[in-house]
Amino acid sequence: MTATTPSVEPGSALPVDTSELRRARRETFRALLRSKTFLVGLLIVGFWVFCAVFGNLIAPEDPLQTNSSVTLKAPSAEHLFGTDALGRDIFSRVLVGSRDIITVALLATILGTVAGTGLGLVMGYFRGLVDEVISRVVEAFFALPIVIVALLALTALGPSNITVIVVIGLVFTPLIARTVRSAVLSERELEYVSAAKLRGERTPYILFVEILPNVLPPVIVEFTVRLGYAIFTVATLSFLGFGIQPPTPDWGLQIAESYGLIGGGFWWTALFPALAIATLVVGVNLIADGVQSVLER
Amino acid sequence: MLTFLARRFALALVTLWLLSIIVFVGAQVLPGNPGRAILGPFADDGAVEQLNHELGFDQPLLTRYWDWLSGFIHGDMGTSYVYNAPVSDFIGDALVNSIQLAAFALIIVIPVSIVGGVIAALKVGRLIDRTITVAGLSLAVVPEFVTAIVLILVFGIWLELLPVTAAAPADVGFFEGLKYLLLPALALTAVLFGYIARMARAGTVTSLDSDYARTAVLKGLPWRTVLGRHVLRNSLLPTITVIAVQAGFMMGGLVVIERIFNYQGMGLLIFNAATRKDFPMLQSAILTIGIIFIMMTLVADILTSLLNPRIRVSRAES
Repeated sequence: MTATTPSVEPGSALPVDTSELRRARRETFRALLRSKTFLVGLLIVGFWVFCAVFGNLIAPEDPLQTNSSVTLKAPSAEHLFGTDALGRDIFSRVLVGSRDIITVALLATILGTVAGTGLGLVMGYFRGLVDEVISRVVEAFFALPIVIVALLALTALGPSNITVIVVIGLVFTPLIARTVRSAVLSERELEYVSAAKLRGERTPYILFVEILPNVLPPVIVEFTVRLGYAIFTVATLSFLGFGIQPPTPDWGLQIAESYGLIGGGFWWTALFPALAIATLVVGVNLIADGVQSVLER
Repeated sequence: MLTFLARRFALALVTLWLLSIIVFVGAQVLPGNPGRAILGPFADDGAVEQLNHELGFDQPLLTRYWDWLSGFIHGDMGTSYVYNAPVSDFIGDALVNSIQLAAFALIIVIPVSIVGGVIAALKVGRLIDRTITVAGLSLAVVPEFVTAIVLILVFGIWLELLPVTAAAPADVGFFEGLKYLLLPALALTAVLFGYIARMARAGTVTSLDSDYARTAVLKGLPWRTVLGRHVLRNSLLPTITVIAVQAGFMMGGLVVIERIFNYQGMGLLIFNAATRKDFPMLQSAILTIGIIFIMMTLVADILTSLLNPRIRVSRAES
């Protein structure tokens, strides 16, 4: 999370401020490392990110390799998590299955955060009609669960990872904009903003160089919280058959293919991917909780 | 108070109208060529054009929007592509089924989660508080279908306590029928438990810490009165709003849960309409869900202001 600190220093005209800000940032970082919630979350998410990057190297078998002689075998030393109806190794599929869900959810959240922050800055700074109109649109979007909005868009446009990313990103945009907007509302009254105006700075400079670094804490909190929702949504969409498409190894998809089998006693086909999803979302939300309690002290 | 109600009601209407545009754009504009979307990439152009004409897609956009909206208001939701029958026939039954499931789920989750949250608040920092908080946090963020799979495995298959399908045989009694709804309801409410318990806990912690609670204790009021009349009345107010909002979001969970348990409600209706590209069914079903959600937030807002005179006055003035 610390990698998202701004490259542009705020208030660069005042050198004292800069060192003060660096110190505050270091302190925030230390407080994060003291937070158990954050560390446990980081450990879990770190593990899945590692799998997402190196999954193909560490997986004992090819996750796509079907084998009709070992279909639906229970977990054993040979197949730690057993095999699915096509004889594929579930352990390997679970390891590699982290890749697409993490990539899609991360990109969607980044899209929503960047667009939402820009929009929120404009809404909060200018207020007036733009603000009023966007607030109403947010309300309308809020009246539908995100899964249903996504289902509608994916039915119309056809399922693809890009569509999933854009739809989730677009739904997140107004939500994040709302948070940023309320943070900007209180910032715009502060002296450093009037000072910048008097110096004759241009509006984009005031928005992105002066105000943005000061509203960054709520943006970071929003980002971590939204990432959890994004994973929730991507997993659900894949489960419904509108997200990540076969034969790509994916947890939601794996469960969709196999939940009909658990009644027949083949519990391992669905349980392991289910646990994978559960640990990943809980991990991300632990990080979000840790970040939130440190940044909103 | 009346101005507040009128203002709130007008806002809800504006939101509804915007929602209808969003749904219309999603179902009618995004597909570009609906005939092509329905028939697939290999159908010949003549057939696609023919279908587009039959479905009225060669009409101007605004005309189509107006026809749909005015029809919807008068109870005519269009004709399903798949069943070739009025959409409203399907929505009525599905809505009743979903409301039954949702109501049952809420009856379970509201008391349990409020009690859980209040207990956690009364034992702040203790083991039971941490257990409830962590369990709530985890349950709130895990997708419904994951919870459902685990519940089915544990209660339906390993312990064999509950049926794994929501479709009860026609001849069972009321309470036996409820048993079939128990697993889907539990899976549906796991998410809500986390949110409601969290709000109830936070509200109770704040109001236990307040001056009026301390005054009430120092006045020598019995603990039960302090808790019931002074603490909970204040601490549960925000919880009401959360319940209304989250109950609306439960509609998203319904799609997944009804699919897993094969329950004939709005969720399954939307899922089937989406997989079969039955746009009239899809758009009317989604708009119905949006309307229900907006009405629920409206009711929650009014309820909160009725229970809390401070909000009522300040909102009426603003």
